[in-house]
Amino acid sequence: MNTLLRATCLNRFYADYQAAKDVSITLNQGDIMGLLGPNGAGKTTTMDMLTGNLAPSSGSIEIKGIDLLDNPKQAKQSIGYLPEQPPVYRDLTVNEYLRYCARLHGIRGRQIAEAVERARERTGLADTGRRLIDNLSKGYQQRVGIAQAIIHEPDVIILDEPTVGLDPIQIHEIRELIRELGTRHGVILSTHILPEVQTVCNRIHILYEGRIAYDDASVEQQANPEILVRFSRPTDMDSLGKISGIVEIQSLENNGYRIIHDSGSNPADEIARVAVEGNWGLLELTPASPGLEQVFLNLTRGEEAHDAATDHENEKDGVAV
Amino acid sequence: MIHTIAAHELRRMMVSPLAWVVLAFIQFLTALQFLDSVEEFILNQPRLVNYENPPGVSDWIVAPVFADVAFMLLMVIPIITMRSLSAEQRDKTMSLLLSSPISMTEIVLGKYVGTLYFLLIMVGMICVMPLSLMLGTSLDIGKLLASASGLFLMLAAFSAAGLFISSMTNSPAVSAVASFFLLFALWLIFWTNSGGQKLAGVIEYISLLNHFVPLLQGSISTNNVAYFALFATTFLVFTIRRLDIRRLQG
Repeated sequence: MNTLLRATCLNRFYADYQAAKDVSITLNQGDIMGLLGPNGAGKTTTMDMLTGNLAPSSGSIEIKGIDLLDNPKQAKQSIGYLPEQPPVYRDLTVNEYLRYCARLHGIRGRQIAEAVERARERTGLADTGRRLIDNLSKGYQQRVGIAQAIIHEPDVIILDEPTVGLDPIQIHEIRELIRELGTRHGVILSTHILPEVQTVCNRIHILYEGRIAYDDASVEQQANPEILVRFSRPTDMDSLGKISGIVEIQSLENNGYRIIHDSGSNPADEIARVAVEGNWGLLELTPASPGLEQVFLNLTRGEEAHDAATDHENEKDGVAV
Repeated sequence: MIHTIAAHELRRMMVSPLAWVVLAFIQFLTALQFLDSVEEFILNQPRLVNYENPPGVSDWIVAPVFADVAFMLLMVIPIITMRSLSAEQRDKTMSLLLSSPISMTEIVLGKYVGTLYFLLIMVGMICVMPLSLMLGTSLDIGKLLASASGLFLMLAAFSAAGLFISSMTNSPAVSAVASFFLLFALWLIFWTNSGGQKLAGVIEYISLLNHFVPLLQGSISTNNVAYFALFATTFLVFTIRRLDIRRLQG
């Protein structure tokens, strides 16, 4: 696999405060990596280091095999960065601003107009080229920020909370865009919105107190998926349990069940068939997200909070089967 | 790349009302000075005829006007440079430059050259007034050029200092006030040069004005040009170092 970015043991101190501890990240082509973490976990610090905005106190960063610290100009050629606050000049129009960004990244001559056109089209800014950035809504300014990050077709795209301040339709569009970018480039995006990570990312790192608390190759592996079902009449659990792929069934109140199945199979179809055969009156069948939230809370809140959460869960769920 | 940043800098200055207001006011105040000098020259003309080698229009008008303008611009330059780096840091637009494939030196030089473009416009406009005298009399173009380049060099030195101060703070207002005091102090050194004999030489060398006056009078010497070049270079190097340190220390 084509490794685009390799950061090794990054440390970063602000005076005595250590904002990043031994952070290592590897990004391959086709990866959309979600960098999760509560506020102050070191997400922005890490991203600033990966993009050369901040020098790490120790550690090394390689972009496509080029060392960012020794050879910054060459390495930065392949980086597109959208910081937390889009770095836009509000007194320029979208076109003026994007042309400048294109030039800064070494695009010259006739290609500038093409690059601007392409970036605007991909971020849904086709009609706003001549408008002043200051007059655009927050969501559109965010898009201009994204357009700036992708204008030079970088291999590594780093987005710090790209969907903040957008309306649901825009969020959907931006996620589509990120998915599309992920097919050809490597994307790292930071967020604290869990569903976002689950819908968009294929890899997850969780940062907590400056260190990588959770690091895995794929989202699917980290917990078995669940299905929530509800029937109008009481059911017999045994026939549910016979369906292949089901790992565990927990009964909830009002004839509801939480069915945990392994990630390789999807028993939804089978559950519906059994429910119809048994005349249980199927009311609800919802694929639930894998327990990423739980993973996140466990990691970030520590053991104590984990126990509390589990206790609470048991109370709510009644008797586990 | 330096030109890209410089052109952008100039464009941003020109889309803000500040630059236009500054240009308009300077033009207005210069005009007052200019008219004053012209009047004085006309009043004194009859007496000048008696001298063997009388000072011409250029000496009477150009040099004094430029000297006055220089002092006025000492207050204006901090306003022009105040935004260049501090606003980038305040508005978080600096990260666009920092994540682009450009070196810190190119960023600083780009910013600086952008300011120089603006200064060229400003000095050009100031020169139009003495040039208008050519409608009625002959002018020593060499002397005018010397005065204009003297003014430009002086302003370029001011701007480098202003740029450095601007890299130290996130607030344009603080940057403007601090640059003004720095420049004013360097200017004042000339006037306070009444202290001990030992310091006199040093102070004389540091003072901006001491190197500016000969240029106004039409003598462009390596000594004075080198002084301004060194002055600007020093502050530019400081600025680059300052930004590097920001990146290292965060």
